Amino acid sequence: MERRAVDWWVGLFVLLGIGALVVLATRVGNLSGFAFSNGYTLSADFNNVGGLKVRSPVKLGGVTVGEVTRIRVDPKTFMALVTMRIDPQLRLPVDTGASIYTEGLLGEQFIALQPGGMPQDLKPGGTITMTQSAVNLDQLIGQMIFSKASGGK
Amino acid sequence: MAAEALVETQDLYFSRGRRAVLTGVDLRIPRGAIVSVMGASGGGKTTLLNLIAGSLTPSRGRVMVAGQEPTRLNKNALYQLRSRMGMLFQHSALFTDLSVFENVAFPLRRHFSLPDGILRKLVLMKLEAVGLRGAAGFLPAELSGGMARRVALARAVVMDPMLILYDEPFTGLDPISIGIIATLIKRLNDALGATSVIVSHDVHETFSIADYGYILAGGRIIAEGTPQALHDSPSELARQFLSGNPDGPVPFHYPAPCAYDRALEMDTVAGEER
Amino acid sequence: MAAFDFIPNLGNRILAMVPRLGTASRFLVLGLAAIFSRHFSFRQLLRQVYGLGVLSLALMIVAAFFTGMVLGFQGYYALVRFGATSALGTLVALSLLRELGPVLTALLFAGRAGSALTAEIGSMKATEQLSAMDMMAVNPLAWVVAPRLWAGIIAVPILCVIFDLVGVWGGYLIAVPVLGVDGGTFWAQMQSNVTFTGDIMNGLFKALCFGLLVTWIAAWQGYAAQPTAEGVGSATTRSVVTASLAVLGLDFILTALLFK
Repeated sequence: MERRAVDWWVGLFVLLGIGALVVLATRVGNLSGFAFSNGYTLSADFNNVGGLKVRSPVKLGGVTVGEVTRIRVDPKTFMALVTMRIDPQLRLPVDTGASIYTEGLLGEQFIALQPGGMPQDLKPGGTITMTQSAVNLDQLIGQMIFSKASGGK
Repeated sequence: MAAEALVETQDLYFSRGRRAVLTGVDLRIPRGAIVSVMGASGGGKTTLLNLIAGSLTPSRGRVMVAGQEPTRLNKNALYQLRSRMGMLFQHSALFTDLSVFENVAFPLRRHFSLPDGILRKLVLMKLEAVGLRGAAGFLPAELSGGMARRVALARAVVMDPMLILYDEPFTGLDPISIGIIATLIKRLNDALGATSVIVSHDVHETFSIADYGYILAGGRIIAEGTPQALHDSPSELARQFLSGNPDGPVPFHYPAPCAYDRALEMDTVAGEER
Repeated sequence: MAAFDFIPNLGNRILAMVPRLGTASRFLVLGLAAIFSRHFSFRQLLRQVYGLGVLSLALMIVAAFFTGMVLGFQGYYALVRFGATSALGTLVALSLLRELGPVLTALLFAGRAGSALTAEIGSMKATEQLSAMDMMAVNPLAWVVAPRLWAGIIAVPILCVIFDLVGVWGGYLIAVPVLGVDGGTFWAQMQSNVTFTGDIMNGLFKALCFGLLVTWIAAWQGYAAQPTAEGVGSATTRSVVTASLAVLGLDFILTALLFK
């Protein structure tokens, strides 16, 4: 009798734990870390990556299609070399462009892809050549103040 | 004393930290006998039992139990030996979360996988032997001290041991319970064909059932013999212990640094808080 | 005089700790390994998971709920100044998953279950129950200690997951219905910033380590307690204090290692 009650409660306890983990995984976290684990890699050179980090999302038309896996400096060109992993179902044309945007004013930075129109696809391990660096907010504000000042004269 | 010895200690020394507890103890406990080891409280009697059971390792000398040296055995062999020993603890040591029945059944359940019917029969038989079959469903907290001691006794003998060790079996019991326990020790020893070692400072009760006795004082055996022989022992210390005189070789006064009247004149005494 | 004694005393105390740590480590290894002993009982393990885990559940849920609600409020007031209340979901979830969930679960577990465990093993020792077991050729490490150690390792991560979930829910209840943060943003921001391996699993790994640490300390304090009523009492206090400090210390180390 008492033995059964213990078994019952412990079983319920373990189930509750598993259930909570499933809810956490699906509702609170995103399983994107797993979703692209079998994706193919692409790389792109940027002059300035701004606040981009490993695991930052790669988006196409606002939909997350991959993530950044590695950021380093190319020792020859002194450019920032970003490696990303892309959803294997997605084939991108060779003239696809990549830009670094910020989500909102204070949001995180991500790579936005702009697909081109060429018939050939980028091969796994390929390089995106058309890139646009992160917007430097300080520079932008500086430019604005400068143009305002000169315009007012 | 011609019978073969089940337990034998030779020149046994044991010290705890710097304090020497046993200094050269020689015991010989023949098979089938009830042997008592008596001595003042804190005289190393429980230590002696633990040495026989292999829970402690002697610092010199050796202990032989049924031809084996407990401290030389590995864990499995020691447990093998211990499953043929029973021990009654001073505070009964019943498992507080288990019923009387389960307490007695505990060693059987852990060592054998018996069918329920046989297990129940064995446990109730032992409880019947100590007169507590009717209390099988109680929890230890619901028992009197004497009843708890009897349950512990049933548990100690449930595996039909060859050697039963009793640690102060009479302490803290009322006279009736003492009588019951003494009778049970004698009866179980004879019924099981076991050997019993009683460690106690209750002279009268112990001598009523013991075949042979040792008196332990200052870490060594000061007298031995049958109860009758011990009463007529030439040792003054043994006679003081057996008749319970307040003064004798064991002085009434604990050694103090100076005389009483001088102590009264002193400003402070050791241990006094200021 | 006391001041001059301080340094050598401290040195002596630290030196005295080394062998004690060694004995305690031996106890842990033997206790965990005793799961393979023939005296280990799965039924005892279930009983302990019930005693240590299930019976702590109500406490954890209440504590998690309040923690989540407080996080909701404080996070909101901190973020609203920057107009960044959209990040509230992220803030609540990450604080809970990475730090507060594992740490608070472990601290509450040390107070509720750890102290009970020390008192139980300590009084079993004081009343000679452990010696009696040993005399009956049943290894107390296998019968008493191993089920408790493993139950702690199993129970704490489960309690932590439940703590995390209830906490997030508590934060949501404050953020969305009370403070008027947009519900969609709350969840979406949370989902895009919380990763399964990086945050959830690392948090649970912490909880696992804490579970082991707290039950180890609690069981050891009981096992090594002076076998008197007073000894068991002081061992219980020591168990809670040591376990709590150890959890916070280990949390620092794990955080430095896990979350880069």
